[in-house]
Amino acid sequence: MSSPGEDRPPWTHKHLLSLEHLTREEIVYVLDTAESFKEVSTRSVKKVPALRGRVVVNMFFEESTRTRMSFTLAAQRLGADVLDFSAKVSSAAKGESLRDTARNIEAMGVDIMILRHPAAGAPYDLARAVNCCVVNAGDGQHAHPTQGLLDLFTIRERKGRIEGLNVALVGDIAHSRVARSNLDGLLKLGARVTFVGPPTLAPKVFEKLGAHVSHDLDAVLPEADVVNMLRIQRERITSNVFPSTREYVRLFGMNRQRLARCKPDVLIMHPGPVNRGIELAADVADGPSSSILRQVTNGLAVRMAVLFLCQQAAAQAHAPSV
Amino acid sequence: MGKLLLDHDRLAATLAEMTRNIAASAPSDADVVVVGIRRRGEVLAQRMLPLLKRNGVTPAHCGALDITLYRDDLTTIGPKAIVRGTEIDFDITGAWLVLVDDVLYTGRSVRAALNALTDLGRPRAIKLAVLVDRGWRELPIQPDFVGLTVRTAADNIVKVKLAEVDGADEVELA
Repeated sequence: MSSPGEDRPPWTHKHLLSLEHLTREEIVYVLDTAESFKEVSTRSVKKVPALRGRVVVNMFFEESTRTRMSFTLAAQRLGADVLDFSAKVSSAAKGESLRDTARNIEAMGVDIMILRHPAAGAPYDLARAVNCCVVNAGDGQHAHPTQGLLDLFTIRERKGRIEGLNVALVGDIAHSRVARSNLDGLLKLGARVTFVGPPTLAPKVFEKLGAHVSHDLDAVLPEADVVNMLRIQRERITSNVFPSTREYVRLFGMNRQRLARCKPDVLIMHPGPVNRGIELAADVADGPSSSILRQVTNGLAVRMAVLFLCQQAAAQAHAPSV
Repeated sequence: MGKLLLDHDRLAATLAEMTRNIAASAPSDADVVVVGIRRRGEVLAQRMLPLLKRNGVTPAHCGALDITLYRDDLTTIGPKAIVRGTEIDFDITGAWLVLVDDVLYTGRSVRAALNALTDLGRPRAIKLAVLVDRGWRELPIQPDFVGLTVRTAADNIVKVKLAEVDGADEVELA
């Protein structure tokens, strides 16, 4: 039975563009909803009809395997139909072509667009251009909110809490949307965040966002509850920001020796795909401290929750007020 | 303040009577499984376990079913729908399954629950037990076990309160 009189719904956003716009309570609500969706994936029939008859389109203007598959599977488990659209974009006139493309796709009757785009801010542009829901699956170096949420979900699941934890994000902070979305979420939920990397990749300016910045991984590790090893994004690095891969591995790679410096219950995370032997040694990546595969599993539940909640908010906005 | 249909003692007696009837119908050669619809059906299902045992039936499992994702009114209730999760970590295939809810009204919650259950397995039978049947069905769904049948107007609200959720045991018509 529906109970009347609950004033403000816990979630009112039809788009998920970034975690910076969300309150602490909204983030926790998504994580709680995702807990319920996790159970769906354990059933023999891994499907619920919550988005049956809805159409979700993946619009990926940048390479991605796991994020695209994760969103596709999440939408399918909710019973939605999924369209795939991929395109290599010429760097000129991105804004225009994106809007035109999106309006054309929307005209086919789409309910949710999932956008990955190399230009920061592209999802905001898209959200203004269309009436359907927009979920950001990574825009340039700006944000990757579902990755941030799934990392929060994994930390909470393994540690039982987020508040008060020391979380180190290590590596290519400067080019990382994962780092930004993690920072937004972690700070709102009360964690202490340290960015670690060489000065070229973890510049001090990030202190203005509320993070601590260190260039000395070995000094940070003994205090860390969570160490999130970011991928060295060679495709984004145009100039030589570190002298050599070997030096980077020596100073900032996670290996068995460094793991021994950490707390015994430290959680080692990585958003994938791993450059084995560079930011993460193989035996650590596959070891008991690692949550890499669990992050992938949780990503599915988190994306189901996000699709469901955004669609609900959109439907509510159109529904006559009862 | 509405009209009191059941107070604490009468609610307990009604539930006990209904549970006795369930126990009397349960086949001896089947696993009896009790599944409550969240949230108050789940509470009632939990309370029925010791009552069933007292009547010689020991349920193999008890679970809780969240029907939010199966509702046909998701777009109108919108974000007020809170997904609480289903907790049925056992196989329901072959079981004699008692589906429990607090109030039977339009039948739409039960419809959603039946769809959810058939996604989980194929029970030998599903029996519907409700504490209050208030009429006004919109689907061809009827209960097998009823605690209390009440004649209501369509705009009445039948409010079942249970101590575990609401702090007190009573059923009210408003």
